[in-house]
Amino acid sequence: MTTTTPIEEDGVKRRDFLYIAAGGVGAVGTALAVWPFVAQMNPSADVLALSSTEVELDAIDVGSEITAVWQGKPVFVRHRTKEEIAAAEDVDITTLPDPQADADRVENPAWLIMVGVCTHLGCVPLKESGDYDGWFCPCHGSHYDTSGRIRKGPAPTNLLVPPYEFLSDTTVKIG
Amino acid sequence: MSFEPKNPMVKWVEARLPITGMLHHALYEYPTPKNLSYWWTFGSLAGFMLVVQLITGIVLSMHYTAHVDLAFDSVEHIMRDVNYGWLLRYMHSNGASMFFIVVYLHIFRGLYYGSYKAPRELLWWLGLVIFLLMMATAFMGYVLPWGQMSFWGATVITNLFGAIPVVGDTIVTWLWGGFSVDNPTLNRFFSLHYLLPFVIVGVVILHVWALHTTGSNNPTGIEIKDKQDSIPFHPYYTVKDLFGLGLFLILFSAFLFYAPNWMGHPDNYIPANPLVTPAHIVPEWYFLPFYAILRAVPDKLGGVMLMFGAIAVLFALPWLDKSRIRSARFRPVYKQLFWIFLLDCVVLTYIGGQPAEEPFILIGRIATGYYFVHILILLPLVGMFEKPKPLPASISADVLPKDSSDKEASNA
Repeated sequence: MTTTTPIEEDGVKRRDFLYIAAGGVGAVGTALAVWPFVAQMNPSADVLALSSTEVELDAIDVGSEITAVWQGKPVFVRHRTKEEIAAAEDVDITTLPDPQADADRVENPAWLIMVGVCTHLGCVPLKESGDYDGWFCPCHGSHYDTSGRIRKGPAPTNLLVPPYEFLSDTTVKIG
Repeated sequence: MSFEPKNPMVKWVEARLPITGMLHHALYEYPTPKNLSYWWTFGSLAGFMLVVQLITGIVLSMHYTAHVDLAFDSVEHIMRDVNYGWLLRYMHSNGASMFFIVVYLHIFRGLYYGSYKAPRELLWWLGLVIFLLMMATAFMGYVLPWGQMSFWGATVITNLFGAIPVVGDTIVTWLWGGFSVDNPTLNRFFSLHYLLPFVIVGVVILHVWALHTTGSNNPTGIEIKDKQDSIPFHPYYTVKDLFGLGLFLILFSAFLFYAPNWMGHPDNYIPANPLVTPAHIVPEWYFLPFYAILRAVPDKLGGVMLMFGAIAVLFALPWLDKSRIRSARFRPVYKQLFWIFLLDCVVLTYIGGQPAEEPFILIGRIATGYYFVHILILLPLVGMFEKPKPLPASISADVLPKDSSDKEASNA
């Protein structure tokens, strides 16, 4: 009786090697072929290009705010009153669900700039409302304070502060 | 009783592709328990609604434009300008609700009569897979008109995936194709909304295949023992299903022609605005129980996990229910628990439609707790301690008058 696949000393057959090699190449090849079909769903180049937006501040009076659009999302630009700033600073941050000092959330305390998207499930919170006179999300009842920090409700984190810089006293660049 | 065609043409095809014989077996001779009630009509009604949704959907897509600037107007174009467009769109939107009505009744029928128990576990699983696919399809379809509810529903539901630790944000960005729900999201939802119904058709074929392998359950929950227990599907159940279809179409038409927007939301006739969330956003009624469970937990990840868990536990039902008696007719304790569970689901539906404030939050938490207590604790315990009523000797013995059953059986 002859055999076409001679047995090696350690018991590994030539066919075993071919079997694993073919399977391995097949698996890697499949993964490479699948990759473009998965990656095509990520943001395209033109979407990524919409990376910054500029806002004029001189038209925003103390105690009012505007909603700018950055990457398709609303961004709250609020000119805070002295009372709002005091309320935001006068908080024992160790008691907060997501502890963060007001000073870490603003560059200039008069201007609170943050993404107006509830960190729970993405609704736009309503200004000057809720138990802390900050923002209140009507969808699932999250209360944010005058620094945009989560105080009560299902949202896990504070409203996101986007990267921004003041280009002049009256212009801010978000993104 | 095998299929023996006489027509030479059919014979020729049958020898090469036995499709006529397969259909003959499935829709004609399929031995069906002779005691099926009208609760067994909802399976075929669900199949009918799938076909209605496919046909209306294909023609609607001939007039719809999947673009954020044009989608809303193209839907209004369908409603006002396209010949019978109003009819086709109302059929499709009310059809989705009708589809869920019959599927929910079909599922609760299965729960009452223990249709998920051995040997029908895979049949039950395939049904749940169809249910999940239906939810995904309905959700993406609701986004297409690009009204306020479309947009904010899409935002909230896609954000659910953001609760996943570490990779959540990456996944949400991948789902959106951007940094918010926008044109790429609308386009891919349209593509998938068109695809998934055909996937559902595939799983329905597996579902029916599994059904015809194990045979239909019936109100007694006992298996067919001999020929006297069954009747051929045609003409007995084709006619019974057609009569049920007639009644169902009256209900469908009542909504379609007299209250086509009753199950919708006025806010969805406002074009999507990414900067303003409607004061009170709610999903369509068929998602409300799951929405109530999501909101019952004051924690993002916890709420999302519990909501998906509410469906996941249904997959374990065949093993959680320890009772070997299928039908609730012979299970005095389970029968009561079934109705309490049904009531609990109705309460969850109601709570899901209410704003997130007291007393609805508390009621929602109690109802959510009971949902899981019923499935995970009560169901296994009842199966162990309940004393079932005596089962009939056979399906025939159950449906025929007691004194004449022997005579009837010998005549048959």
